[in-house]
Amino acid sequence: MTDTLPSHDATQELAERIRAADASGTPLRIVGGDTKARQGRRVAGEPLATGGHRGITYYDPVELIVSVRSGTPLADLEAVLAEQGQMLGCEPPHLGDDATVGGMVATGLSGPRRPWAGSVRDFVLGTRVINREGVEQRFGGQVMKNVAGYDLSRLMVGAQGTLGLLTEVTLKVLPLPGASRSLHLDMPLAEAMEKLAEWGRKPLPITAAAWLDGALHLRLEGGPSSVATCAERLGGDALDERFWTALREQRLAFFSEDDPRPLWRLSMPHHTPTLALPTTTDSELLYDWAGTQRWLRSLLPAETIREATARAGGHATCLGHPEGQGDVEPFAPLDPVVAKYHQNLKRELDPNGIFNPGRLYAEF
Amino acid sequence: MNILYDARLDGELPVNDKANVLADLEGAVPGLTLLHREEDLRPFECDGLSAYRVLPMLVALPESLDQVEALLKRCRALGVPVVTRGAGTGLSGGALPLEQGVLLVMSRFNRILEVDPDARIARVQPGVRNLAISEAAAPHGLYYAPDPSSQIACSIGGNVAENAGGVHCLKYGLTVHNVMRVEVMTIEGERMTLGSEALDAPGFDLLALFTGSEGMLGVVTEITVKLLPKPETAKVLMASFDDVEKAGRAVGEIIAAGIIPGGLEMMDKLAIQAAEDFVKAGYPVEAEAILLCELDGVEADVDDDCDTVRRVLEAAGATGIQQARDEAERAKFWAGRKNAFPAVGRMSPDYYCMDGTIPRRELPRVLKGIADLSEAYGLRVANVFHAGDGNMHPLILFDANHEGELDQAEELGGKILELCVEVGGTITGEHGVGREKINQMCAQFRPDEITTFHAVKAAFDPSGLLNPGKNIPTLARCAEFGAMHVHKGQLPHPDLPRF
Repeated sequence: MTDTLPSHDATQELAERIRAADASGTPLRIVGGDTKARQGRRVAGEPLATGGHRGITYYDPVELIVSVRSGTPLADLEAVLAEQGQMLGCEPPHLGDDATVGGMVATGLSGPRRPWAGSVRDFVLGTRVINREGVEQRFGGQVMKNVAGYDLSRLMVGAQGTLGLLTEVTLKVLPLPGASRSLHLDMPLAEAMEKLAEWGRKPLPITAAAWLDGALHLRLEGGPSSVATCAERLGGDALDERFWTALREQRLAFFSEDDPRPLWRLSMPHHTPTLALPTTTDSELLYDWAGTQRWLRSLLPAETIREATARAGGHATCLGHPEGQGDVEPFAPLDPVVAKYHQNLKRELDPNGIFNPGRLYAEF
Repeated sequence: MNILYDARLDGELPVNDKANVLADLEGAVPGLTLLHREEDLRPFECDGLSAYRVLPMLVALPESLDQVEALLKRCRALGVPVVTRGAGTGLSGGALPLEQGVLLVMSRFNRILEVDPDARIARVQPGVRNLAISEAAAPHGLYYAPDPSSQIACSIGGNVAENAGGVHCLKYGLTVHNVMRVEVMTIEGERMTLGSEALDAPGFDLLALFTGSEGMLGVVTEITVKLLPKPETAKVLMASFDDVEKAGRAVGEIIAAGIIPGGLEMMDKLAIQAAEDFVKAGYPVEAEAILLCELDGVEADVDDDCDTVRRVLEAAGATGIQQARDEAERAKFWAGRKNAFPAVGRMSPDYYCMDGTIPRRELPRVLKGIADLSEAYGLRVANVFHAGDGNMHPLILFDANHEGELDQAEELGGKILELCVEVGGTITGEHGVGREKINQMCAQFRPDEITTFHAVKAAFDPSGLLNPGKNIPTLARCAEFGAMHVHKGQLPHPDLPRF
């Protein structure tokens, strides 16, 4: 079941490029489908394209495991899994037709199912990574439980290609839910947040919860019996399930590229009250992940937004807008001690700074 | 094979005069409890891997973070290695002391700092017992999911260090999936927060890197865990098989039917008999294998799933299927499995517990391989298996009082782990490498990969003072370990089929 997608092993070419870049100290800008360039800082470097390195190298639905090369289109992988009644549990955003598996892992972005099913990193079991010497190394493996050595596989998730070139990833997959119903319940934000806290303490089959436009949007998934029972109990109106794709892919009006206000992603603890942001008419919020991922459109200064989120135990990422984001750093600043160890780690694994330098922070 | 620290293979350790270190620490860390007399050190000479014992130079029992900080800073300045220990229940010798080292015991940090039912988190100190977290969360209908068999005794700090698992990992994940934030202290005495109460944190995922790092990168001083709502109901089916392979295939077919059981465990004949003799769990002693399949969730779904699993088991050739009629019977079914290790312990003066993980499809081949090895070495092996996630715990029965039998058991264990690697698996699923599997790491990883691990270590602990000799072997050790096999020219049992 590994020959259903176009397959090409470009490890050798990629390794040679990396060896040469390391020898000459040439920075590389790793590019998969180029759909997530906005999810971090701009990288000045020679493009290193992974798109030619593609294909599923192992898939056994009974093992719930798939190994896939990093340049494989995410949509292709999801289609192969769906044929076997399976899916990626983290419901990754594509943010463009050409999104690759490598980009999903490198950015670590997860979709609406995240708080209930887990994040990209939770489903990563193993990786292959080309190091600066052009050697492909294997970490983790094709098994569910593995504690041999340091967990470099999960370290790669969200590292945005700054520690090495991901060439292959092994993921745990999940069966598709037996039943799915989406609901639209009119209620004010405060009530929605209280309800979500209350429901969160109960084993309800909720797998997505977003609040916008005066209504809580819910998705229920699981066995047909429990989904039907729960839907009946919660009431509300039926919601077109395509809402979740539009939310995940940032295609709702809220995310319009014509909006002049920068787009922020606020990652917050469960049950965080409304942030104490200055009351302005030019800020607007959309609550996803039961309130733990909040999208903000605002012209407020970055420090104001970062301070308010940090005070509530969260952090804010500025995703700017297509015209460029001025001098606002995308990621919240790191504590100085944590930053020091980031730099140590980068220096140990990429001393010549060839892998996506400056992608996360200017210092590395 | 002796696995105690060997300076020739593991690297020279700094030599310090015990009296000087004691005097220095007593002066530098006010109020710190330091044990130094042999009779006081004795209880700390081993962890759960009790075949290996070393008296530490000193045992430190701090009660405050300031003491931990001062202790680490002094050890760093003096060049004294530090081995961190939680409850000491680990099975791989991760907390095995060093003669030249301080054993940093975190057991006095035993307070649950906060349970927040609305945010569904608990903030605890590292010495809190795993089960105590679930007990504290129970009034809110919540619990902490990872449940290693030692959960009544093991500490959450140790769970983080080892990335501990349990019987519910397939559905609910390992420690790494259930910890949101840790506070750590580096060997320099710096404090860091890794992770967040939010669902992610900026920068590298150092929380994942520290989880399972066996005390090699820093000392965990506080942990925030995720709590889950207790499933509305849990039902367990027990199926017996007249053939181990059939049971193995049934496991795959349950999952192929789109069901993720809360727990899916398998035991072979020897393990069944041992458990039945010990706890009278109601197991069919004539069966070659049993499967325990627990389904949890919303009542109506669980009933549907029970029907599906029953059909799958029948089709897979189960000779008998029983569903626990009530909570008492369910507890009884599980009691047999959860007590399998001590039960096997009653059958033999000693046993050695292995912890390989394999792709499930390789189960028949690996069980056959284990049976052949068991026969070749003349040592019985009972198999207990987290079947859902492919994590095997073969228990090798031996008698340490018989000259050379411990060595034989360890050699057999090593062969089983190498077999796991050969079929695409790993040498440790949840017990950790520690000191026990340090040589098998050389079979799992190539020298260049091990060099990358050393680079990670160097980023956090360049002086190599945190738990030296554990988790990651030196290249010198791997050269020697590989050479040992080559030197002999052939494997100890050349007649055995190699997989």
